[in-house]
Amino acid sequence: MTTPPGGGETPAEEAENLPARLGEERLAAPVVRTGMFGVHGTQDTSGYGQLQVHQRPSIASEPPYGGYFDAVAQALGSALAADGSNFGEAVERVVVNRGELTFHVRREYLLAVADKLLHDPALRFEIFSGVSGVHYPDEIGQELSAVYHLLSITHNRRVRLEVRTPDSDRHIPSVTPVYPAANWHERETWDFFGIIFDGHPALTRIEMPDDWLGHPQRKDYPLGGIPVEYRGTKMPPPDERRSYS
Amino acid sequence: MSETTTHATPGASDADAEATEGRVYNVAGGDWDELVTNDEERGANEQIVVNMGPQHPSTHGVLRLILTLEGETVTDARASIGYLHTGIEKNMEYRTWTQGTTFVTRADYLTPIFNEAAYCLAVERLLGIEDKIPERATLIRVLLLELNRIASHLGGIGPFGLELGATTIFLQGVRMRENVLDLFELITGLRMNHAFVRPGGVAQDLPPGGIEAIRDFLRKAPAWLGDLHKLIDANPVFKARTQGIAYLDLEGCMALSVTGPILRATGLPWDLRKSQPYLGYETYEFDVPTVNTCDTYGRYVIRMAEIEESLRIIEQALDRLQDRANVPNDPWLIQDAKIGWPARLSLGPDGLGPSPEHIAHIMGQSMEALIHHFKLVTEGFRVPAGQAYVPIESPKGELGCHVVSDGGTRPYRAHLRDPSFHHLQAVSVLCEGGNLADVIPAIASIDPVIGGVDR
Repeated sequence: MTTPPGGGETPAEEAENLPARLGEERLAAPVVRTGMFGVHGTQDTSGYGQLQVHQRPSIASEPPYGGYFDAVAQALGSALAADGSNFGEAVERVVVNRGELTFHVRREYLLAVADKLLHDPALRFEIFSGVSGVHYPDEIGQELSAVYHLLSITHNRRVRLEVRTPDSDRHIPSVTPVYPAANWHERETWDFFGIIFDGHPALTRIEMPDDWLGHPQRKDYPLGGIPVEYRGTKMPPPDERRSYS
Repeated sequence: MSETTTHATPGASDADAEATEGRVYNVAGGDWDELVTNDEERGANEQIVVNMGPQHPSTHGVLRLILTLEGETVTDARASIGYLHTGIEKNMEYRTWTQGTTFVTRADYLTPIFNEAAYCLAVERLLGIEDKIPERATLIRVLLLELNRIASHLGGIGPFGLELGATTIFLQGVRMRENVLDLFELITGLRMNHAFVRPGGVAQDLPPGGIEAIRDFLRKAPAWLGDLHKLIDANPVFKARTQGIAYLDLEGCMALSVTGPILRATGLPWDLRKSQPYLGYETYEFDVPTVNTCDTYGRYVIRMAEIEESLRIIEQALDRLQDRANVPNDPWLIQDAKIGWPARLSLGPDGLGPSPEHIAHIMGQSMEALIHHFKLVTEGFRVPAGQAYVPIESPKGELGCHVVSDGGTRPYRAHLRDPSFHHLQAVSVLCEGGNLADVIPAIASIDPVIGGVDR
């Protein structure tokens, strides 16, 4: 929460809360992108070439989370405590955003957390809705992310688990011992992102041919394609077109 | 017949293959006994590995099944997918958020509206505009979703009949489905791949005469459904081929996280439209049909009953649309100039395009409007960073869309959690221990569409 400047504060406080000062924190974050429109190596006439985009701060929510989210967090906490570990150790941070609850789980604890989520009577997340990989090449040390969506029919609740792993050591324990239905989803995530799910019964490619090289959904893997000619002009393939983001 | 064999190792000769895989037979019809006369050659265990697909007509597209048989009994069934992988999710990362609908609609091509709706609801959640979607857009979405549910179920039931050898069931099912596709053509301009649901609403209002055409369909549909019921319900052949086949009870469904008609055929009334309502489904009157047979026949019964429930929902949505007929300037796209597509589409002699009034406005009257139009169409709108997962109840089960944004004008990552993909994992549980012939009904009871499985 920021107080608008000039609201009966002392000059020192006021100076601290000025917008320019507030931005400084963001400036300390590493630069993830420069320029705009994806144009490099040509004369910059727009002025946007100097633009620097800094890494977003990772957000974390503080309790109370609202709705059933507190009950889920508490139940998971007490279930983990009964096993000798604790919530703060297993769950790096909790994010409540857009009405969805996310537990960022440390990978060593993933299997324990999944086990509790399925078997604890207060949790009972029976339906495994899949794994979705995401590649963040700019977030050094936690480039690869596996996102699990779980659904509890008993309590009519949903929760998301997110596990990060560095690209240099892309191992995440497989949740197939707990959720057999994770089998194909983990194979797909291995196929597309190269995340190795330790303990998976047969971690082979599922969508791409068995002898394929590389993992196509990673950001360092090009989309491919050929220029398209239409009415006399050539349109470059999509990954070589201007990018505005 | 030409003697061509496909080996596991490309380029290998018959002799090579026999050295590694055992005796290879080239079979094109005929009797096994005539082909292999020697008992010694047959081996002690009589185990045969059969590759069914990926071009087998009854595998719902390019699904490949690897079946290990002992006599007629399937001892091992494995599904192999990936033959229709088109990189939809990767492609979306290089197009704007609005263009994403054009891609997702091609995933499960029998449920295009569902893919679009799941994707658009997820994008809208990221944008934080869920409560700003015009009521008219929501009603049209519900209308199209339920029409699509009917088309998808008929697309499952009709060809299922054909796979069991009943041409009439196929023709009756497809006849009714054709009428739904005609409605789609009238409303969206296309029979499939509509890209009609857009982030913020829908592309167009219902066309003139649209409501009457749907009412006409609603009048005829019960008779068509009756025909199907008469053909199938008590048909001894159909019952013999489906009752008790591909048994999966509630415990099995929970272990494999199965949803949709397979779950409802175990007696659990789990339908996201009821339990976690979206698009205002809580305001419609409809039932969640269940049976507790846990078999292929039960799944057929569920699908037929769901078609009737969809007809009820369509009726109610139509009534509401008619009530709104006199609302002045009732929009079907979000009234936020930063997101809503600026071009008012209209049908011209050369097809659908920006309306002449809009062209006149941007080309002749307002420079700012032209710039705005250009920016929004070429660059697209920005979506705040974050992630969202929106599940909806597709005809096949839970269809989820996971989208991640980095704050830019393109999806950073979009992922469809397709129910067919998930449910094909259950193939071994459904088929193993059964007859080879029962593999066909088992697959059909999942109703997989490979476009959605492989994306």
